[in-house]
Amino acid sequence: MTKSRLFWGIVAPTAAILNSLLFVYIILKLRGVEPIEMFKLMISYGFDPRNLVSEINQTVAYYMAGVAAAIGFKMLLFNIGIDGQYRMGAFFGAVVGAAVNLPPVLHVLLIILVAMLAGGVWAAIAGYLKVKRGVNEVISNIMLNFIAAAIIAFLLSPNLLGSLPEGSQNLQTKPIPASGQMPTIKAFEGEIYTFFFIAIVVGVGYWIMLNKTIFGFNLRATGLSFRAARASGVNAPGMIFITTVLSGAIAGLVGIGTLLSDTHSYSMAFPSGYAFTGLALALLGRNHPVGIFFAAFLWSFLERSAPVLEFEGVPPEIVIVMQGTIVLSIVIAYEVVARINLRQQQRAVGSANTENQNSQAEQVKETK
Amino acid sequence: MSTNTNSAKKSGSKTKSFFKSPARVTLLIAGIFLIISLVEVITGATDISSPGTSGATLRFAIPLLMAGLGGLWAERAGVINIGLEGMMIVGTWTAAWFGYLHGPVIGILAAAFFGLASGFFHAIMTVKIGIDQAVSGLAINLIAAGAARYLSGIFFPPVGGDRTVSPPVDTLPSFSIPIIAPILKSIDEKEIFFVSNIAGLLYGVTKELSVVTVGFLLLVPLTSWILWRSKFGLRMRFSGENPMAAESLGINVYRTRYIAISVSGMLASLGGAYLALVASSVYREGQTAGRGFIGLATVIFGNWKPSGVFAGSILFGFTDAIRVRQAESVTALILAAGFVALLLSIFYTSSRRWKPAASYFTIGLVALWINQSVETIPQEFVTVFPNVATLLVLTFLAQRLTPPAMAGMPYRRGSE
Repeated sequence: MTKSRLFWGIVAPTAAILNSLLFVYIILKLRGVEPIEMFKLMISYGFDPRNLVSEINQTVAYYMAGVAAAIGFKMLLFNIGIDGQYRMGAFFGAVVGAAVNLPPVLHVLLIILVAMLAGGVWAAIAGYLKVKRGVNEVISNIMLNFIAAAIIAFLLSPNLLGSLPEGSQNLQTKPIPASGQMPTIKAFEGEIYTFFFIAIVVGVGYWIMLNKTIFGFNLRATGLSFRAARASGVNAPGMIFITTVLSGAIAGLVGIGTLLSDTHSYSMAFPSGYAFTGLALALLGRNHPVGIFFAAFLWSFLERSAPVLEFEGVPPEIVIVMQGTIVLSIVIAYEVVARINLRQQQRAVGSANTENQNSQAEQVKETK
Repeated sequence: MSTNTNSAKKSGSKTKSFFKSPARVTLLIAGIFLIISLVEVITGATDISSPGTSGATLRFAIPLLMAGLGGLWAERAGVINIGLEGMMIVGTWTAAWFGYLHGPVIGILAAAFFGLASGFFHAIMTVKIGIDQAVSGLAINLIAAGAARYLSGIFFPPVGGDRTVSPPVDTLPSFSIPIIAPILKSIDEKEIFFVSNIAGLLYGVTKELSVVTVGFLLLVPLTSWILWRSKFGLRMRFSGENPMAAESLGINVYRTRYIAISVSGMLASLGGAYLALVASSVYREGQTAGRGFIGLATVIFGNWKPSGVFAGSILFGFTDAIRVRQAESVTALILAAGFVALLLSIFYTSSRRWKPAASYFTIGLVALWINQSVETIPQEFVTVFPNVATLLVLTFLAQRLTPPAMAGMPYRRGSE
């Protein structure tokens, strides 16, 4: 059973990726370029050491989003609010980080804590609405994403928390002093964020929390069956709320790597769209910390290597289509696999039943 | 105790019938306009009821209405359509491209066709294959956005467009309603208190109407008729409320959902086409700007009813129009809302329902306080008004909402 699960866990994502590659192959063929050449070009450009560094940095951000989504998925929660939570985390982390003066390590820890808190609090709204008011978390989170963006855009205005540096059109928060910055590792003519290690800690922590603690057991139990968990004494609504907050807290860390090691201030240039990416990565990585890592790397690899297509007359947005088809293929693959498994189980149960009946009939004969 | 609950019930039904009687609703609307005209006189914000604003309101409301109706069709049949935004993008792009090639009429038809196809795609994913409805919708959003950008990069630059902007497209013809519009205009110009305000408002929605606008507005009663008067509508609502029971009575739930979701995609896409061909004359990247999601919000706001979706989209379109045209008017509007809340509080006090009376009184006071203490409401907050309003409705009025019972739930034929 476990063996087949591992087998399907690898086969299904691979099949999904191949499927979308085939799709992109056809599109490129229609464009009149040689697809295999394009793929080769992307791979050689993407594995260029300089690009590899920025890919790793982007992977860290995506990894956080993926883990945040995975925590939600374990509870059957669809945390589409990662976008708003990440914004809140990065923004308030930047504001608080710029406002205080602390010794180096403490300063960084404080920023990370504030970011998690801000993301968690923002997620708590959706959690509260879900548990106490029965509001579907997808709808509330979509609305909350827009509201978070508006609040931050408002707070970023120059007479509030934002400022407009000279020669820039981009509103941003005040810069974080050197004590609150994280060092970078020089590698391949680039700089890898040391936030990378925090991501590893989060991944390991996620795995331990889920598999080795009572809390994780309760979480998985509630996710598998709300009613069964409740009947066996788990505070199921409370678990849903805590899981939502936890997911939001991790989502609050998405933008922190960039903030602490690169920009040192939050600006409107911080990208959006992490919510869907996070969900996609959690699906692709089957909610497993290692799987999510590979998925995150694939995602950032696709994005960073796409611009090379521009020179061949292919708009690089093709990778967005590719990402979308990967997600669709993966969920379809899981659905199909689940149905095959179900059918096999039913067949196994059915044949066991008939065997039982046969043996019973024989026993009856013998007694006669 | 029992008499107490009885009287509460009585007054409850009273308020219900008060809002239900059409004559009284007209009276209520007239009253609101009286307040608005008063507020205009007090604050000098003259733009709230000007013909320009009502015209702009309609222009902003139509795309939301179409997205909302699209969401309504899908959810009534039991499937949530988060892909509305992507389907709108499909509409903007195809309308602009085919409109550029063959004229705006073909553009609209193309948008309808490709919207239908995108809805059909969502139906295959959610009904036939049975994947999570939210995942499918979000994937459609992503793929549509990516595909539009990819195709723009290929098709638009050679014909005088840009990587993100299409070449200009002819717009559809528009007309002013004869006789009525000129009369309203002359009344509006006389500046009689209250009468001119209403005339100005009506003039704004009767002049320079696009042909499509009229057609799209007619979809509201049509949808109502289909949902509650036709055989297909009954099947559709049944599929959304209880697909298993529907199946057991011989209704083909799958086919019903296929049709409903395809129509949903077509409506959303037509909303996008309106953005490209009527509201502007060009496709621009990011043109839909989250309108698909606001359409989703109008469905909730409108309590899953076509008339409610219409009211919601008019309200959200109105705030959009005010924001774009005269941002200072927003504070005047808050003053008006405060007056309305105070009136409601008096109304509830007279029927001895203390709790709503108290809450409306507080709302009224808060509104007056905001009006007194704030110069202008920041643009950002006006933009997200629909989102906040929807969250508030979901939070405080959830008991009154009647969503289709099985919307968003997975359903497999023959399973529980």
